[in-house]
Amino acid sequence: MHFVFTEEQAMIGETARALFAENATSQRTRAAMAADGIDAALWIAFCQELGLSGIGIPEAAGGAGLGMVELAIIAEAAGAQVAALPMLGSLALSAQAIAAGGSAEQQAAHLPALLSGETIAAYVHDAGLTAEGDTLTGEAGFVAHGASAQLFVVTSNTGAWLVPADAPGVTVTALTTMDQTRPYARVSIAGAAGKPLADAAAAIAAAHRAGFVTVAAEALGGAQACLDRTVAYARERVQFGRAIGSFQAYKHRLADMMIEIEQARSAVYWAACAADEGSDEAALAVHAAKSFAADTFFMCAGNMIQLHGGIGFTWEHDAHLYFKRARAIQSMLGDGNWHREQVATMILGEAA
Amino acid sequence: MKLGFSPEEELFRKECADWLNAEMAGEFRDIRGITKLTASPERRKEWEQRLGEARWGCIGWPESWGGRNATLAQQVIFAEEYARAGVPGRVNHIGIELAGPTILAFGTEEQKQRFLPDIAAGKTIFCQGFSEPGAGSDLASVRTKGRLEGGEWVVNGQKIWTSLAHISDWIFVVTRTEEGTKGPKGLTFLMMPIDQPGIEIRGITQINGDAEFNETFFTDARCAADSMIGAVGEGWKIAMGLLAFERGVSTLGQQMGFRNELDEIIAAARANGAAQDPLIRQRIARAEIGLRLMRYGALRMLSNTDHSKIDGAALTYKIQWATWRRSLGELAMDVLGQAGEVTDGSTYEWGTLPNLFLYSRADTIYGGTNQIQRNLIAERGLGMPREPRGDI
Repeated sequence: MHFVFTEEQAMIGETARALFAENATSQRTRAAMAADGIDAALWIAFCQELGLSGIGIPEAAGGAGLGMVELAIIAEAAGAQVAALPMLGSLALSAQAIAAGGSAEQQAAHLPALLSGETIAAYVHDAGLTAEGDTLTGEAGFVAHGASAQLFVVTSNTGAWLVPADAPGVTVTALTTMDQTRPYARVSIAGAAGKPLADAAAAIAAAHRAGFVTVAAEALGGAQACLDRTVAYARERVQFGRAIGSFQAYKHRLADMMIEIEQARSAVYWAACAADEGSDEAALAVHAAKSFAADTFFMCAGNMIQLHGGIGFTWEHDAHLYFKRARAIQSMLGDGNWHREQVATMILGEAA
Repeated sequence: MKLGFSPEEELFRKECADWLNAEMAGEFRDIRGITKLTASPERRKEWEQRLGEARWGCIGWPESWGGRNATLAQQVIFAEEYARAGVPGRVNHIGIELAGPTILAFGTEEQKQRFLPDIAAGKTIFCQGFSEPGAGSDLASVRTKGRLEGGEWVVNGQKIWTSLAHISDWIFVVTRTEEGTKGPKGLTFLMMPIDQPGIEIRGITQINGDAEFNETFFTDARCAADSMIGAVGEGWKIAMGLLAFERGVSTLGQQMGFRNELDEIIAAARANGAAQDPLIRQRIARAEIGLRLMRYGALRMLSNTDHSKIDGAALTYKIQWATWRRSLGELAMDVLGQAGEVTDGSTYEWGTLPNLFLYSRADTIYGGTNQIQRNLIAERGLGMPREPRGDI
């Protein structure tokens, strides 16, 4: 038992934070928001120059090895800058699904392009998807970065398929989305041919695990950034002849943010570490992390706006980027009530 | 980053569990499962001595002082197995967790010789005399006076909230030894034997009907000149050093007690059907998640050896567990319904869950109220300006 980062993990964190702090600037993120929600140059730098995209994907599948802890470290760093990248859909969900459930041929055919950033994949889940053989019909309304994807990993509750975005029968409609750093698309599939992943259950499980950990870690990074930026503002903004951070009402809100963030940090790295170690607790931990970190992020982003006063309500200030990202993370991949009900079921059994 | 324990550590876990379970099934079966800190004090003092004999009393201490020089992981394991076996809380927790480490860090060689082996052996029970009627959150405003007279310290004043003073042998007190000083200056840290004419102890009946805390009155109370820890005027430094020990491994044992409380709520919810209520299920899930996060927060805090930076997990730990437990008490009552508001007995004594509901209101007050905790977090953790001091 040694629940702190190793030197290697600390270095990965430093590298990732430096990359995002330097490149995922407000200006560049806003340029991406006005387009398709992807900073393409940053994505290529992330994947190719720094080679961070293969983290959490086994070396045998062409990845960089390592695990969920390292993936979480990177997602935390990206989340801190609200970076406009397809990390969730293309890597944490799709590449993980292919690496865990794809045949050797499927891995070889798709993972190199996903990890190099040349291909973007998105994850399309429809519980009501119908499959006649491998001919698929269904629809998913909220596919993250779906309009930018060339490849879809399509899942029902039991099956998983690969479907090219330009396959006959596939219609993709970009949606104007509140969180412009991760816009949704509606993906309609009407009798399109899918290539089944060899082990659908493994693919779905890996995607869920990595997806929950990734958004939880992003939320952690985002929440900490909200606190850090608000703390900086509290020092410089003067009212009534004193820094506003000297008012107890203000200080206590900042303290409440830190209290939640520290728990979210424990949640994220517990979940990631338990998943990597194959611990019995992993199943519970990923639900705990996703729900707790998402709520923490939203609470912190809301406080960020409130504690900035009027400037926090402007388009010009970045507070709304965090606020909208936080709201999106709360809803995606199962909302907080759903995740907590999964926890309740584990300890109380199914509700009658 | 690693959460699992090694095979050797798992063997150690078995050794702890076997010993504790054997004791709790044998000579000490009458105290197994006791949760109230005030119950069966004499038997629990005997238990302290049994722990001492077997060298399980302070396993993290150096072997020369009666410990086992146990690793962090071993201490974690022992704390968990201790609570899992239903062993009641340590009546000498102040001695083991506060007085002992303080003497170890700041005491003279002579003081170490005199106190540490007896604390480790369970023979000297300590209590803490910090708070006063006029010095609660504002601990530095203590007024209890100490003066040197004829080679002895003579102490006059009053301490309050001295937990378990009525069963303790020694008390450590922060006294004002420099006439005319205010705040943290001019304070001295003294250790005093309780059994003397100058010390009077009166129990304080709490909202749950129990009396764990006391008022302790000092009227020309005496202790030897060399019962002082640190130097004259260094009392504040020693007291602050002591409070830093409060977040040690024992928190994990405390958490296992919380685990038992939550399990009792879960059992009650299953029994009366509340476990089917979607809102109760959400709250039980939140409580479960909160408890696990407390564990991993504590493991982060204990694993962290880089003390150059503020440790956020350590700084937020008190308010985190206190607030969690207060909510747990409220959840317990919502699960029990009105059945939780009556008791079968004719005396005003409560079962675990109603008692949790009442007692947990103290958790967010003692050891620094939630409001003081938020000030500390904002000031020390986030660098916000300090609260201004009044001059009344």
